[in-house]
Amino acid sequence: MSDRLTVLLSLVVWLAAGAAGHAATAAAPSPEIVGALADLTGDDADKREAAVTVLGRTRDPKWLQFLLALRDGSVYARTDAGKTELVVGGTRATRGDQDVIDIAGAYDREPLGTVPLTELKEVAADRKLRLAIKPFLDAGETQVQLADPDPAVRRGAAVKLGNQAAAGAAPVVEAALKKEGDRWVRHALAEALALIHLTHGAPALRAAAARTLGDLHSESAVPALQQLAADTAASPAERDAAVHAIRGIERWGLLTRTVETLFQGASLASILLLMALGLAVVFGLMGVINMAHGELMALGAYATFVVQNWFRAAWPAHFDSYFLLALPVSFLVAAVVGLALERGVIRFLYGRPLETLLLTWGASLIIQQGLRLWFGAANVDVSSPSWLSGGVPVMVGLTLPYNRVFIIGLATVSVAAMYWLLFRTSAGLRIRAVTQNRAMSSCLGVRAGVVDATTFAFGAGLAGLAGCALTQIGNVGPSLGQNYIVDSFMVVVTGGVGKLAGTILASAGLGGLTKGIEPALGAVFGKVAILVAVILFLQRRPAGLFATRGRNAEA
Amino acid sequence: MPKREAVALGIVAVALAAVLPLCNMLPPSSSLAVSNFTLNLFGKFLTYAILALGLDLLWGYAGVLSLGHGVFFGLGAYAMGMHLMLEIGSKSVYQSALPDFMVWNQVTALPLFWQPFHSSVFTLAAIVLVPGLFGLAFGYLAFRSRIRGVYFSIITQALALSAWLVFNRNEMNLGGTNGLADFKTVFGFPLNQPGTQRALYLVTALTLAAAYLLCRWITLTRAGKVIVAIRDSETRVLFSGYSPAAYKLFVFVVSAVLAGVAGALYAPQVGIITPAKIGVLPSIEMVVWVAAGGRGTLYGAVLGAFGVNWIQSWLTTSYPDFWLLFLGGLFMGAVLFFPDGIVGALGRLGSRVHRILTKRRARATLDGPHLSQATHVLSRPPSSDQ
Repeated sequence: MSDRLTVLLSLVVWLAAGAAGHAATAAAPSPEIVGALADLTGDDADKREAAVTVLGRTRDPKWLQFLLALRDGSVYARTDAGKTELVVGGTRATRGDQDVIDIAGAYDREPLGTVPLTELKEVAADRKLRLAIKPFLDAGETQVQLADPDPAVRRGAAVKLGNQAAAGAAPVVEAALKKEGDRWVRHALAEALALIHLTHGAPALRAAAARTLGDLHSESAVPALQQLAADTAASPAERDAAVHAIRGIERWGLLTRTVETLFQGASLASILLLMALGLAVVFGLMGVINMAHGELMALGAYATFVVQNWFRAAWPAHFDSYFLLALPVSFLVAAVVGLALERGVIRFLYGRPLETLLLTWGASLIIQQGLRLWFGAANVDVSSPSWLSGGVPVMVGLTLPYNRVFIIGLATVSVAAMYWLLFRTSAGLRIRAVTQNRAMSSCLGVRAGVVDATTFAFGAGLAGLAGCALTQIGNVGPSLGQNYIVDSFMVVVTGGVGKLAGTILASAGLGGLTKGIEPALGAVFGKVAILVAVILFLQRRPAGLFATRGRNAEA
Repeated sequence: MPKREAVALGIVAVALAAVLPLCNMLPPSSSLAVSNFTLNLFGKFLTYAILALGLDLLWGYAGVLSLGHGVFFGLGAYAMGMHLMLEIGSKSVYQSALPDFMVWNQVTALPLFWQPFHSSVFTLAAIVLVPGLFGLAFGYLAFRSRIRGVYFSIITQALALSAWLVFNRNEMNLGGTNGLADFKTVFGFPLNQPGTQRALYLVTALTLAAAYLLCRWITLTRAGKVIVAIRDSETRVLFSGYSPAAYKLFVFVVSAVLAGVAGALYAPQVGIITPAKIGVLPSIEMVVWVAAGGRGTLYGAVLGAFGVNWIQSWLTTSYPDFWLLFLGGLFMGAVLFFPDGIVGALGRLGSRVHRILTKRRARATLDGPHLSQATHVLSRPPSSDQ
């Protein structure tokens, strides 16, 4: 903590010194700067580049801001009474038939009023000029970023320095490395330092740097190392170190990729599981495939969107906690719609699964079009709460995004809750009874209609929950449900009826298989391969992984 | 075939195959004239009706609900479309012997699987064989392992999704999202001539009549009885020594071929075939034609294909926002209130009128109950699939 404080303090002092140092120049700009500004309005490319260098070398944040504006094309030249002056343009507007623009001074940004656009001449920054500006902006930026309180920003700055590998940055990196406390930032800084040494250091330093990079498993160093390994001018020790390092890095890369694929498979499996869980319970209980399940998910996603907007309008300070409220709200919204669907129409069609399938498809079209009419056909924007953005770095070269970790967690909790509900409560006992033998349960006093309605509502609520979770990893639009629904049907069909374990295994299998073959076949042909695999699998087990055994010829 | 149905079929066939094209040949000023646009629209509906016949045979009679018939339709349509693309030759925009989309995608030589489609005989064979063999393979795998009911529907839906994804890919060399379009001639006849369109329409109408007769013949044979028995109780049929899988496979292949032929007639009349005709939504829309018309009747399917598409072409131009709402409502309404479709609803209305009339007569002749009982039995809706 004290480290950070000193960093912050030194930053403040540095900025203040810069500003103070320039208070004098601002009052009377040095002739060098006046000349540079005059050159910028001219046509001579070399002179303009030199002018940029002059301005950049001041390392004055205000001139850097000016360079930024120049790069973005919002610097204009204004000729007033024969004297040319550079100004920075702001907001544009149309007044009458004239385009006008707010302008401000080049250095202090003091407002200079609003003038018609025709009075100004844009100072264009071509590619070459922009390239000349970039290092100054970057240097200033990374310097500030290296002292940022957020480790992720510091790490980003360190990675950037490593990629640029500019010789002049070595002292900066070394200084930062001494002060740094965070493990991952230290790693990135050490990597950056080694990369700089590898590019610019003496032979002995280069060999050591190559070894360090190998130990750090630095994936981004591979091109530089390969270059070194093939460099005939380098000493055998250097080349040897480079070759060793590359081999180590590649081995590590294989490991991280394997772990990453496994994680992605687990993440997809969790999504499938969240969607298929509600679907499978309803299918097991009533033999009904709910084609509107995807649209119930979309409802959950839109409920999240509404809650988010509500928080943004009413409690902007607590915006991050909107998601905690959105979870139960999306569950409830979808559950209520599901209940209405079941009580309103589906209950009239029990024992006729194909008709129910068409009926729920019709309902899905209506919900989908309703969402489109109400919220518009375009995707809506659901922003992640800050605690779900970013990720947790688990090993070098592998960062697990929080939103994916969250979904895996949510799926686990949902499955646990489902098990508890089905096997530890009396409601669950009734659900299992009706699933196994509807007629017999009715005879024994279980009100099958009530069980159906509550189970359907619960399954729909799970769909809403899945929709809420999906807002964190994908687009939210009226056709959200369509993108995932066929996959979750496949899970249900593969998993079989009436056993939760089948659904879990099937989603794990399909999720893992998809992510396993996607790199080889691509997303589209991967899907086709999955379909073929499912059909072939059903050859062996027509009723899915866990078929209910019994003296039933229909099964 | 019952005599009444034969007479009705004859009348409708003459009206569709002879009267409409003749009316189309009248000068536009005539009050009986049918515009080229209307004739073309009807031609499209007729191709849909051919497909609906096959789907009705499969769902209404055998009780197998396929949600992937768009795929077979697409296979037929693409087979025809590929031939038509090759017929354009170097008259295309880029004046290359290759289809335009291949020029965009920088394909330099005609892919091998396109080569045989230069031949019109091969194309005609492919229209039947490609959907037929694909249906045979898919159906064999599905029915052999006793995938049935909802399971089968879900698998066919996944098939529709996969096929849609695959046909959308540019590297399949089938035109990607834009599909095949800009056809100029069909077997040498220019497509922009009203005469060619009339001929295509006539061929479609005759094909529909032939398909109807084929389907009716199947339902009247012994096999047709077994098929209906499979719908009502597959297990009992199995235990009686029949092989339900073989019968179901037969019906599935017939309906796949009908869908392919429908697609092949669709492509030249509409002038474009894209993957959008293959996906999940169009495939399930085909099911609603049959459901709304009345399944297990054959004529209901034809009526449904006509009616639903007529409404669609009207709604999508006048109230585009409401088409999906209407379609969803149609799904729900057809299932909830008209389980036997328009045909069944009309039939029940008719028999009620008939009963009222006969009751009046019965009161006079004192011979009521028998008749009314008989009509009641006849008008009972077909039993639902398991």
